[in-house]
Amino acid sequence: MTTITTGATTRRRRPLLRRMALAAEPYLYTIPSVFLITIIMLVPLVIGLSYAFRDITLLDPFSGGFVGLDHFREIYADASFWNALHNTVTWTVTSVVLQFGLGLILAMLLDRPFPGRSLIQALVFLPWAVPSFLSGLNWAWLFNPVVGPLPYWMHDVGLMSAPDNILSDPNHAIWGPIVANVWWGIPFFAITLLAALQAIPKDIYEAAAIDGAGPFERFRSITLPFLAPTIAITVLLRTVWVANFADLIVVMTKGGPADSTQILSSYIFTQAFQRLDFGYASAIAAVLLVLLLAYAFALVVLRQTLMARN
Amino acid sequence: MRAYSLRRTSYWVFHYAMLAAFLAFALFPLFWLLKVSITPNDLLYSEGVRMWPSRTTLDHYVSVLQHTQFPLFFRNSVIVSGCTAVISTLIAAGAGYGFSRFQFRGKFWIVGIMLVTQMFPLVMIVAPIFRLLAPLGLTNSLTGLIIVYTAFNVPFASFLMQSFFDGIPKDLEEAAMIDGATRFEALCKIILPLTLPGLAATIGFVFTAAWSELLFALMLNSSNAASTFPVGLLAFVSKFSVDFGQMMAAGVLALIPVCGFFFLIQRYLVQGLTAGAVKG
Repeated sequence: MTTITTGATTRRRRPLLRRMALAAEPYLYTIPSVFLITIIMLVPLVIGLSYAFRDITLLDPFSGGFVGLDHFREIYADASFWNALHNTVTWTVTSVVLQFGLGLILAMLLDRPFPGRSLIQALVFLPWAVPSFLSGLNWAWLFNPVVGPLPYWMHDVGLMSAPDNILSDPNHAIWGPIVANVWWGIPFFAITLLAALQAIPKDIYEAAAIDGAGPFERFRSITLPFLAPTIAITVLLRTVWVANFADLIVVMTKGGPADSTQILSSYIFTQAFQRLDFGYASAIAAVLLVLLLAYAFALVVLRQTLMARN
Repeated sequence: MRAYSLRRTSYWVFHYAMLAAFLAFALFPLFWLLKVSITPNDLLYSEGVRMWPSRTTLDHYVSVLQHTQFPLFFRNSVIVSGCTAVISTLIAAGAGYGFSRFQFRGKFWIVGIMLVTQMFPLVMIVAPIFRLLAPLGLTNSLTGLIIVYTAFNVPFASFLMQSFFDGIPKDLEEAAMIDGATRFEALCKIILPLTLPGLAATIGFVFTAAWSELLFALMLNSSNAASTFPVGLLAFVSKFSVDFGQMMAAGVLALIPVCGFFFLIQRYLVQGLTAGAVKG
């Protein structure tokens, strides 16, 4: 805003064409991205949403007709859907809470200068670079008693009565992908929270210390309020990503055993590519999209209310 | 004074102990990957679980490179990820600059749409994208993958670039514009060189994301000729599910470029986000 007005006052009475070019300028910078996102993401999204109301089954030439809300009625009566929804909540909440908590601790450890900091920082951030399917395979190997040490360690510590594969135990299998996800996702939170921590002016802490505030008090009254905006946006984005994130589950357990690790996004994957029922898969995806939008909206409204109160 | 230094020492002991725990958690799985990839097959099952095998070998790497199609997949992945990284970053630099420097009509909606694209399950748009690309001959092609990956990565990359631009004072290009340069010239000659670390971080970030992508690589390409590394690895797993050594060797090979890249850029990532955070 300021740049345009200062630019306009330095040279008065521009010709019309020049003024039009100035007005168009912000659009010229943003149009390539808008164009690409529209063609490759939004148009397919609308088509995909339309599938939710149609009978689209791959390889069936008679499919394609409009079925109205049939898929949604089917979802309502589908026990596997409710099971997957339940697992989605467990998976998302546990993963995000652990990733965030550990990421915050790691960021605070890396915030102060100490010898070797840059090397340690690079090393602890490394899991983020590991492709998600590979981290899934890798953790599946670690949990596998044939090549991996984890079952033996858990047996030694007394967590397990025998060195079995946790991924084949319906009661605990979900912890396999969760551990892999936490391992992979800590660096994301650590990077963004570390950046936010480094932006806090250090003299505020000194002033608070002189006033007699202890470490916990300083964390509560300085660090947390400064981090709040970053926490809000990263937790929002991350929750949505994790809820949609099927790679680790598909690679590690394929939703099994006995659907105990099936989350909505892996269930959609199964419906689309094993049953080839794109209509039903799209209907579930639409439900998931609505749930996530409602969550995001609620979080944004909550943030506005909290900010208005301060 | 002594009590103070004692407290200080015990604080740093605690500090390093915690960091050591994080390091162990972060690196142990990678160490294990490496370890199994150099363990000879006959020792893998007979020695039980050991920290280091009594004999090591590079056989798994040799057979992956000579007897499988991984060199081809590797080449494809480098091309796809490299092109995606450069093109996405250029497009995102434009969008990020636009968001950072202008208030304009429709900005709220553009930003909102970019946020919404982060929210829907990508599985939902696989089939429509396939239908869109097939008539254009862009399925089974690296070009098709590059286009799709570029679109996926532009939203987050734009926000990232915006935070880097936010860290650079506006006065710089205003001064250049008063001296008679157009805004675009000022952007290319003054602002972009200053944001080189930001460009590097974004390129690295997108490269990493494209290198990892599995779903679309699997669904848009059915031929081996246009397959990328993740697809190759997944196929490899189901085909030779007993040969852990070769799988791990292929996994290590998949990690080399992407970890190297990430190792170099992570510092800029923190710096750039810090600059953005100052402005809120």
